[in-house]
Amino acid sequence: MINKVVYTMEKALEGLHDGATIMVSGFGDAGLPFDLVHGVLDTGVKDLTIISNNAGTHHRGIALLMQEKRVKKIVCSFPRSSGAVVMEEMYKKGEIELELIPQGTLVEKIRCGGSGIPAFYTKTGVGTPLGEGKEVMTIKGEQCLLEEPITSDFSLIKGRMADRWGNVLYDKAGRNFGPVMATAGRITVVQVDQVVKLGDIDPENVVTPGIFVDRVIQIRSKI
Amino acid sequence: MKALDKKFVRLKREQISWRAAQDIEDGSYVNLGIGMPTLIANYVDKEKEIIYHSENGILGVGPAPKKGEKDDNLINAGKFPVTILKGGCFFDSSYSFAMMRGGHLDMVFLGAFQVAENGDLANWITDSSLILPSVGGSMDLAVGCSDVRVLMNHTTNDGQPKLLKKCVYPLTAKNVVKRIYSDVAVIDIDSKGFIVKEMIEGITKEDLQKLSGAELRFADDAKTLIAPEL
Repeated sequence: MINKVVYTMEKALEGLHDGATIMVSGFGDAGLPFDLVHGVLDTGVKDLTIISNNAGTHHRGIALLMQEKRVKKIVCSFPRSSGAVVMEEMYKKGEIELELIPQGTLVEKIRCGGSGIPAFYTKTGVGTPLGEGKEVMTIKGEQCLLEEPITSDFSLIKGRMADRWGNVLYDKAGRNFGPVMATAGRITVVQVDQVVKLGDIDPENVVTPGIFVDRVIQIRSKI
Repeated sequence: MKALDKKFVRLKREQISWRAAQDIEDGSYVNLGIGMPTLIANYVDKEKEIIYHSENGILGVGPAPKKGEKDDNLINAGKFPVTILKGGCFFDSSYSFAMMRGGHLDMVFLGAFQVAENGDLANWITDSSLILPSVGGSMDLAVGCSDVRVLMNHTTNDGQPKLLKKCVYPLTAKNVVKRIYSDVAVIDIDSKGFIVKEMIEGITKEDLQKLSGAELRFADDAKTLIAPEL
């Protein structure tokens, strides 16, 4: 029998280690698995590389992980945000390494990582500081940059509901990076509002097929 | 610059947005960048059916929600609460950028720090190394759509030109801007550079040239740009 549902944060994050690379779904606060991220803090792991669209705000989620000195490097497209006080401060002091990637390139690197595509070319970033040092190839008369895929040790995803096979349905624009990051995690953990019975999610409505998901945890989030 | 400004009244942000809105055709798929471009939706003729795309995974973005009806998972690229229209849909970020880079959007409106006469766009970072660099989806939007338009003031707050021969700030994308809506003019970019299509009342060609950092050409049929009070 397949049962990917776990009941404790310890089980959800089992195997997480110092120096791990963690993808965190979300765009701003929408679709961000705050409880899983706070669970990471409780495991005590450090020297993490976090891959997410933003770099957290206020003193919670990714920002809290950074504030507690658990994060060595952040890979994102838009760290600046109202309330991104921790990131602003740590960046200014040189306490965190930032790899800035255009959002479309970021998501494509993750998609390729999860899909077994060894590299891709894109026009995005040509002639900009973010394209410096990258291999350029002219394709059909247009300059393109060579980009390589990324994967993670853990992908932490927020969904609305999932079943014990790991099929996931999302909530509105909270979907964003979830389905793509789910494919690129060596271990993919999904935090959902509700675990439902097999068959309760119409097969037509499954967004992330369970094959990409390793663990599901139901959390009535208060964050 | 002050003396110049007395002869004419520059357009307000709302009026620049109003002018840009007039160019959107019925049935268009449009992305409005954060900042001034988001105002455009307020001024599009209600008879037109426009589908707004938001990079975080929405087609059919509607107006801001009524008080008390906001949903944390229903925000736009600027992270402000929005609604979704009937017929709208949600999708993941990969699909969203497929729409952008794949050339599926009809028009993209962006803000800018500087635009060069060859269409180079600088809109994500200035030369200050103190500011936390952030790029978001701006580079993908700029290279993906064949009709990229910019809304910005014609000069900086201290009177420096923003239309230039060559951008000083780091680029977002090369050769992409097709039209600029400024607070004094509407200017197209063709293979020869800037060409003025519309100018506000009271400004002369000489005045406009003085406010610009590259040579302007003037269309034979250049019009006076009159915006309603907003």
